[in-house]
Parts: sequence; structure tokens; C-alpha cells
Amino acid sequence: MDTMKLAYYPGCTLKTKAANLEEPALASLEALGFRLDEIDRWNCCGAVYSLADDDLIHQVAPVRNLIRARQQGNDRVVILCSFCLNALKRANLLMKGDAEKRDTLNRFMDEEPEYTGEVRVLHLLEVLRDDIGWETLSKKVKQPLRGLKLAPYYGCTLLRPREVAIDNVENPSVMQDFLAALGATPVEFPESTRCCGSYQVVGNPGDIPGYARDILRSAGRRGAEGLVLTCPLCDYDLGKGQQELVKKEGFPGMPLFYFTQLLALALGLDPAVCRFDLNFGDPEAFLQEKGVISAEPTPQKTGGKA
Amino acid sequence: MDGEFVNKIKELSGENPQLCYQCGMCSGNCPAASHMDFSPRQVIELARLGLHEELVSSKTVWVCASCMACMVDCPRGFDLSKLMEAIRLLALRKRADHVKPEDVPVEERADLPQIAMVGGLRKFTG
Repeated sequence: MDTMKLAYYPGCTLKTKAANLEEPALASLEALGFRLDEIDRWNCCGAVYSLADDDLIHQVAPVRNLIRARQQGNDRVVILCSFCLNALKRANLLMKGDAEKRDTLNRFMDEEPEYTGEVRVLHLLEVLRDDIGWETLSKKVKQPLRGLKLAPYYGCTLLRPREVAIDNVENPSVMQDFLAALGATPVEFPESTRCCGSYQVVGNPGDIPGYARDILRSAGRRGAEGLVLTCPLCDYDLGKGQQELVKKEGFPGMPLFYFTQLLALALGLDPAVCRFDLNFGDPEAFLQEKGVISAEPTPQKTGGKA
Repeated sequence: MDGEFVNKIKELSGENPQLCYQCGMCSGNCPAASHMDFSPRQVIELARLGLHEELVSSKTVWVCASCMACMVDCPRGFDLSKLMEAIRLLALRKRADHVKPEDVPVEERADLPQIAMVGGLRKFTG
């Protein structure tokens, strides 16, 4: 098996709003020697895993993506978006573990080859931890992120439910270990796995600043200078929520990073791949202050959301 | 007591609310509890008592974000996120949309990440 080749499922948000999650990841994986095989004809995963026992039609979309990965000759697929990861991982478990529903779905998709959950669905953090290892990764770091006190924020879908968790549900450490490998100082805080409000930004947007307040203030009290994220919806809710807190409560503001941006910087890649123009909380100013990037403006530095 | 309602939510959720012994771990863990009228623990009690009207008119299932903080620590292994979904679906499948897509302001529609729009409309429309 070619261990450095991985199927890649991007998902809708990464190809539009969250280029600042995807672009630094792709550049970093290339620098680390991986060959990513983006799934042809991938489709939306449905964003949320269907929780109703009689609702199989919403499993078709995630399962089709897994079939595509298999058709391209891959037995592993890597995902960056936490929502897509959760939807595909849970759908895969259903296909593996529930013979009756699997048969119904396979019969419904009679134009597709039979699928029984063979593909392993992985988050990029799992690949970095299990394929490369923290020690090896730390040796590849060209620009250690020394002096950066960063709080890892896991959110919900990397860890819950238990059967799809990428790490210990109650006491995860994968992001702390990742940050330490890059030379940063991880700051732990109790709200690191507390929900950001998720899709309630559509139904009850007025509740979102409250969710953001609990998370951001807690991280700040423990000395975090920035928050590290994996999920584009956490980014949106904490970013928009933060804007309200800055405006109405005098919250000092906290830069929000995707973990992939920090990876690219630590590997010594051009900061332009990080697409900081799409970030909340002005992480570029913070990184310049810390001497991680030079004060020269990057070409994309227009229309920032800070 | 609406026995048909009890059976329907058991069927849709695949969960048995009789498992619950009302310890309240779910309510203690829920980050949305302060926005709810009935607490997560109360939702289970109302559901198994078949109090249909109280549940479908309550705010609780509509402010739940399916974050699953309730279920990972449930000592009875009960998946409350599935019960919340079943109660939502009983309303949504009768075309009683909770959010109208056209009511989401145009500028927000352009701004929201796709996972928010797709996820939100999956949870709030039938």
C-alpha cells in the first residue's frame, strides 16, 4: 500500500468560505510528502448526520462519497471539515454495523458497487498523529511558534458521539500535542469541548454571542492569546459572536486560527497560503507582533473580517 | 397520555425513554439549557408521559444544537439527541417549518458557511 497517498474529501464550505482552512492544509500536506487524491464528483455530505431511525435517504449523500473514494482505489479518506468528518464517519459506521439498513441503501443505490463500510474516514489531525507522529512532525518544523499561547478548541463533532471520536471524549489531547509539536504553548481550558451554538446561528442567531462569551472569556482568563479551531462553523459563530462582544461588552478580542494555518507557518511555508484575509480577530497583527510573520502586508490583505 | 405519540417517538428515535432515571446529567452538561423552557431532563419525562402538546409547543427542541454533550455522559446510555430530533420531525413532517429560508436575511445567507445553512435548514424545515 502506498501509505503517502490519501483520498481527500473537501466538502462545500472548504471550497468557498473556508479557503483559509483548506489552502494551508493542502500546501502543508504536500510539504510533508503526502499525495492527496481529491475525490472526483464529490457531493455535499448533508452537513448533519440524520438522527431519525427511519430516515435513510439522508444517508445516501455521505455514503456516495465513500463509494467514490473506494472507486478511486483508496482505503482511507482524509477530511478537514469537522461537520463533514462527523457525517461521513457516522454514515460509514452505519454501513459497517447495520446489515438491514446497509442492504436497503445498497439496493437503493443499485447503480453503485456494493459498499460495506470498507473505507477508513480520518481527520487530518489523526493522520498527523498516527502516520507522521508528533516527534517527526516537530523535526520538520522550520519556524517554531515559540511564545504563542494558544488554546485548542475542539467543539463537538470531532469528539461526539463517542464511537466517532478522534481522541478521548472527556480529556482530549491531540490538539495540545499538535501545538506543542509546532513549538507553541498550548493553553487548556474547560470549555474547549463546549458547543459554539452550531447551526443555531440560523434558527436563534441572538443566542450566539452568549455561547461565544463562555468560550472566549474562559480561554482568555487562562492566558490564551488566540484560539485554535478545526471547524468552519465554530469559526463563524465565535467570530460573529466575538464582534458583538467587542462592540457591546468591551471584550478585547481574540485572534482565531485554523490549526492548518499554524501548521503551514511552522513548516516555513509562505504565509500567503494561510489566507489570513478570511480570518476573524486579526491574527496577522498578532503574528507580526510576535515576530512570526514580517510586517509586510500579504497580497490578499483586503476586506478582512476583523 | 398520548400513547400513539410515545410509540411514534420511540420508533423515530430508536431510543427507549424508560431507560432514564432522571439524574439530570444531561441538563447539567447542556450548553443551551439557559435558553430552554423545559430542561433536557424534563423533555425525557414529558416524552414518556406522552405529553405531546407541552413538547411540541416548547422552545427546547428548537434551541438544541445536537451537540451531544448530553449523551456522552449519560449513565444510562440514552441518546437524547435522537429524542429531540424525533420531536422536531413530528412537527416538521407536517410541513410546519420552524424557520422559513426566505426569512434568513439576504446578507446573512451570503455570509453563512454552507454547513450552517444546510445543517440549519435540515433541522428547522420539513
